[in-house]
Amino acid sequence: MIEQLPVLVIVIPLMAAPLFVLIGNRKLVLLLTQLVCWTVFGITVSLLSRMQYGPISYELGGWPSPYGIVYNVDYLSAFVMLFVSGLGAIVITYAPKSVEREVHHSKHSLFYASYLLCMTGLLGMCITGDLFNVFVFLEISSLSSYALISLGKTRRAPLAALHYLIIGTVGATFFLIGIGLLYQMTGTLNMADIASRLQAVESSRTMLVAFAFMTVGLFIKMAVFPLHTWLPNAYTYAPSVVTCFIAATATKVSVYAFIRLIYVIFTPQFAFERLPLDSALMAFSLVGIFVASAAAIYQTNIKRLLAYSSVAQIGYMLLGISMSNVGGLTAGITHMFNHALIKGGLFMVVGCFALRIGSLKLEDLRGAGKTMPLTSFAWVVGGLGLIGVPMTAGFVSKWLLLTSALSLELWPVAVLMLLSSLLAVVYIWRVVEILYFSPASHLAKTAKEAPMAMLIPTYIVIGSTIVFGCWTVYSAGIAHAAAESLLGISQMGGVQ
Amino acid sequence: MTDFLGLYNYWIVIFLMMTGFYIVIARENLIKTIIGLNIFQTSVFLLYITMGKVTGGTAPILKGSHSGESHGAESHGAESHGAEHGQELHAAAEGHLDSGVEAVTEIYSNPIPSVLMLTAIVVGIATTALALALVVRIREEYGTIEEDEILEMDRNS
Repeated sequence: MIEQLPVLVIVIPLMAAPLFVLIGNRKLVLLLTQLVCWTVFGITVSLLSRMQYGPISYELGGWPSPYGIVYNVDYLSAFVMLFVSGLGAIVITYAPKSVEREVHHSKHSLFYASYLLCMTGLLGMCITGDLFNVFVFLEISSLSSYALISLGKTRRAPLAALHYLIIGTVGATFFLIGIGLLYQMTGTLNMADIASRLQAVESSRTMLVAFAFMTVGLFIKMAVFPLHTWLPNAYTYAPSVVTCFIAATATKVSVYAFIRLIYVIFTPQFAFERLPLDSALMAFSLVGIFVASAAAIYQTNIKRLLAYSSVAQIGYMLLGISMSNVGGLTAGITHMFNHALIKGGLFMVVGCFALRIGSLKLEDLRGAGKTMPLTSFAWVVGGLGLIGVPMTAGFVSKWLLLTSALSLELWPVAVLMLLSSLLAVVYIWRVVEILYFSPASHLAKTAKEAPMAMLIPTYIVIGSTIVFGCWTVYSAGIAHAAAESLLGISQMGGVQ
Repeated sequence: MTDFLGLYNYWIVIFLMMTGFYIVIARENLIKTIIGLNIFQTSVFLLYITMGKVTGGTAPILKGSHSGESHGAESHGAESHGAEHGQELHAAAEGHLDSGVEAVTEIYSNPIPSVLMLTAIVVGIATTALALALVVRIREEYGTIEEDEILEMDRNS
């Protein structure tokens, strides 16, 4: 049983989803979905706790490694799976009241089934060691997230989902073209095997084309600045629960796939020394951080404000990755985790507002600090984390990023990072001012405090941003181990 | 010139890919966008199948009487499927095969790209089905599937 854990992470939610469609009873399905999510979370915890004995490699169906599909669990994949399944579980615990209000009753069991499929896809992208498998899981998670987004109440939701579908499919197809070209050059789909064979063909033009296609494809999925246009609408019009889950996990898993692509399959030498991807990445992330943060300041919808902030935060992760040393990579991976908590928590706060006030326009939220004090306070705490105030999780990752930038003597980057945090102060403060220091709107005046069933999960996530701000053994510590093993792998020429 | 014509499959792939991509970008009608997306995906199917084809190769099906020998040839084909134009694989396979008409039938095309494309076709169908379902909902809500008209309605509301 224990040695089957890597495959159970995928099999349990994948098998549960169609079963839940057949069951159809929405109360029962909700309960079972929560059970499945927490079980998967438990499995990922036990997988991560096993990492001290070395990475796990699981051969599906007993087929030996380069021919069959392999599931690899190492520090990085176990860590990403842990927070994906953890947030998946906590969001689904938070979900019932919000889903009740925002999704039509007849669609509840389908909603929960799609939610599980989306989680399966994201976890699969993390665990698999087979490149074509990454594409399949990417499409599983994408297709189910398009469906989830289209369930939003307004008529703009299907349109936002369709736009995301078109752009997302183009991105995934780019990724597929890249896989095909890599396969053409190496004759294998196993990531470690590709890495060991790449050096012989490194200088060919096919490799450059393959790398370009895969990078652009993943950039679309990550919503890197110039390719982010699908994200604000998709996040804004999706049901609150969906936004919580997707904003917290989906883009991070694409960042994870990108890290694998650069550090395990292609080497950093190829991406950063032969190609100028590091300076390009740095430029894109810095421009993205500033443009998206500035755009966030001018938004009138609180969800859209956070969506633009997400685009900016992806920039910080890529900034860390582009530094290509242990410090930068640790900062990037830590920020994936911390931002998943912070943004997940903030979107959960927004979900509480959506439930009680019914509108997410900033003008309707005026004065909600008096009628919904606990929810509003959660916004303040989460917002401090997003800005990166000391004692919060956001500070840890930004501090790591800053020290890494300084150790590489990238002074302009360090200064720009500090300036960009000021932009975050502006857009967070704008909402705080509206919540606490504005005369109440008629919607906020009659609003009640959010129910405990939603507040408790929200506070668990928001509280954990404080915990991981003071105690970093299990965030930055694991990220450091993951970064070291990634760079160790690439120095040995991709042999695992 | 022979290089140019010999790679005609790849030219078709590029042509289809660019056609599909252009339709996705340029068309305002949502159904036409989805058709463009399909053409774009189909070009990738063709790319994969082209790279798996070995000149003169047949389907890799084991025959009972040659089981030992043909098994060797098949695993050989599976391992050296990095061949870019097929000729390399052909040359590699020649060392394995001696001569005679019977041996020629033992050159196999690489089945893996075709198998991968079966999966990709399924993904493509799912994407198209979901996209069409979304278009139906958009048509119900807005009464049109012209993107510029929909955006106009959204701006005014």
